[in-house]
Amino acid sequence: MTLKLGVPSKGRLMEKTFVWFAKRGLQLSRTGSEREYAGAVEGIDGIELLLLSAGEIPRELASGNIHLGVTGTDLVQEKLARWEQEVEDVAEMGFGFADLILAVPNCWVDVETLEDLDAVAAAFRAEHGHRLRVATKYHRLVREFLTDAGVADYQLVDSQGATEGTVKNETAEMVADITTTGETLRANHLKILGDGLVLKSQATLWRSRVAAYSPEEKSTLRKLRDKLAA
Amino acid sequence: MTRSDIFARAALLRQRFEIAGGQVVETPMLQPAATLLDLYGEDIRARAYVTSDALRGEQMLRPDFTVPVVQQHMADGAEPARYTYAGEVFRRQEHDPDRSNEYVQVGYEVFDRTDAAEADAEVFALFQLQLRGLPLRAATGDIGILMAAVDGLSTTAMRKSALRRHIWRPRRFRALLDRFAGRVDVPESRKALLAGEVDTSAPVIGKRRRAEVEARIAALKADAVVAPIADHELNALETLMAVRETLPFALEHMRDIAVDLPSILPALERLQARVAALRARGIDVDSLDFEAAYGRTSMEYYDGFVFGFYADRRPDLPPVATGGRYDALTRQLGQGGEIPAVGGVIRPDLILALEAEENV
Repeated sequence: MTLKLGVPSKGRLMEKTFVWFAKRGLQLSRTGSEREYAGAVEGIDGIELLLLSAGEIPRELASGNIHLGVTGTDLVQEKLARWEQEVEDVAEMGFGFADLILAVPNCWVDVETLEDLDAVAAAFRAEHGHRLRVATKYHRLVREFLTDAGVADYQLVDSQGATEGTVKNETAEMVADITTTGETLRANHLKILGDGLVLKSQATLWRSRVAAYSPEEKSTLRKLRDKLAA
Repeated sequence: MTRSDIFARAALLRQRFEIAGGQVVETPMLQPAATLLDLYGEDIRARAYVTSDALRGEQMLRPDFTVPVVQQHMADGAEPARYTYAGEVFRRQEHDPDRSNEYVQVGYEVFDRTDAAEADAEVFALFQLQLRGLPLRAATGDIGILMAAVDGLSTTAMRKSALRRHIWRPRRFRALLDRFAGRVDVPESRKALLAGEVDTSAPVIGKRRRAEVEARIAALKADAVVAPIADHELNALETLMAVRETLPFALEHMRDIAVDLPSILPALERLQARVAALRARGIDVDSLDFEAAYGRTSMEYYDGFVFGFYADRRPDLPPVATGGRYDALTRQLGQGGEIPAVGGVIRPDLILALEAEENV
């Protein structure tokens, strides 16, 4: 049997993943046409490459459909409630850096900390009759972060894209989103809360703790680990 | 233990609660999510299953009975009223695979204006009776004492309401207390704001208007010159939160604390009356544990007497029964009405599990 490795199927994340493995003596490539989601691995025998959506890789690891997978820390922690038990991080890959942050409008000059945010949320609810809305797609991570910080009177509203625009459109009062440079936030007149860093994320190679490993697959995994450590 | 064993025991318990005076009520399994979200905030999403349809919007699989039972009573209940119910509740579990996400609760709730101490004792005694013979420890507390302590602090209404709002979030409560006691430094960002050294040229976006920002700045400026909460009150409050003794000793101890926090005296009178009512019902009050901070982390709608029964030999199990007083909840759900209320729930599955162990 072969060791199944899932990597992101498109864009810079895929290219950088290929480069990362190439530096470590493993050539990953797409087979067939640009549209086909199958690939090949040279350098170690017995590894099968699967090109998957980065968002699906956490679940595939957790269900044991793949043995190894490349995806961001943010997606693993958002999608897998018990990620420490389900996956092991084999290597942080040094790209795809992104911070999940909380950001509020620049014009909220009175809000720089979570303590401020909590006080404002209470006042906002009293004034407007509804809880202060936080637009995000990272519901679980943001909720756990705010619960832990003791922030109350907020609500999460789902936003799967163009999250920074929700404040101007008045569908949310603030956002929780991934940022790399802060450019989009600035352009949308938003600022990051001083203690509002929910998670630092980067592309990471994960191993499924749930998948079954045959003796051959174990030996392939050992060879791979040796190569990565070299 | 099969599901039918659990339901059979639930039926038996409900029957006993009926004999005690409870009128049987049923509630829908699907509850409108908005009511629960307004009450508990976003945290409830981590604990309840949410589903939805295009017609009714978000619905939750009933995470408890108390809210719908209170709503039913407030809509068309006679007074006084006693209710009992049995059925499944659903709790989302994201971290502990050993915790059930679906289990049966049997409850008993009392809506009665006449004698709060008597109603508290009635509920506690009834639950203790159902659990007789099991190796359980009863814990009791009283959130009302803590609330009275906060209300009586010699500080501004704004500070007191901030503390009141976070009684159920001990970490934020602690942080606020440290801030109001002047024990932590004012953050640089706040200093700059108070000194007027902030750039207010950013365009106003979003629903929170400039007037709201200005109102908060004014409130912060006013708060900056307020004296810190006095040491003797702070020490008394902290001593109070740490009280953990058998009831008679706890009561004595809290009377001492009341020298510095006299606002808790009426709440202590109520506790004294409860102790008498419990004693009159044959409860061994002298060995009953009392923790002033009990119920602060898990029982957010309770605002007076709280209790729970725990299997000390099985720390992995959740409490077998819990309950308490929730006068404020009836106000929140009552649309103008309110009535003192106290009640509790019991888990037949845990009773059966403990009985099975006893028989081994």
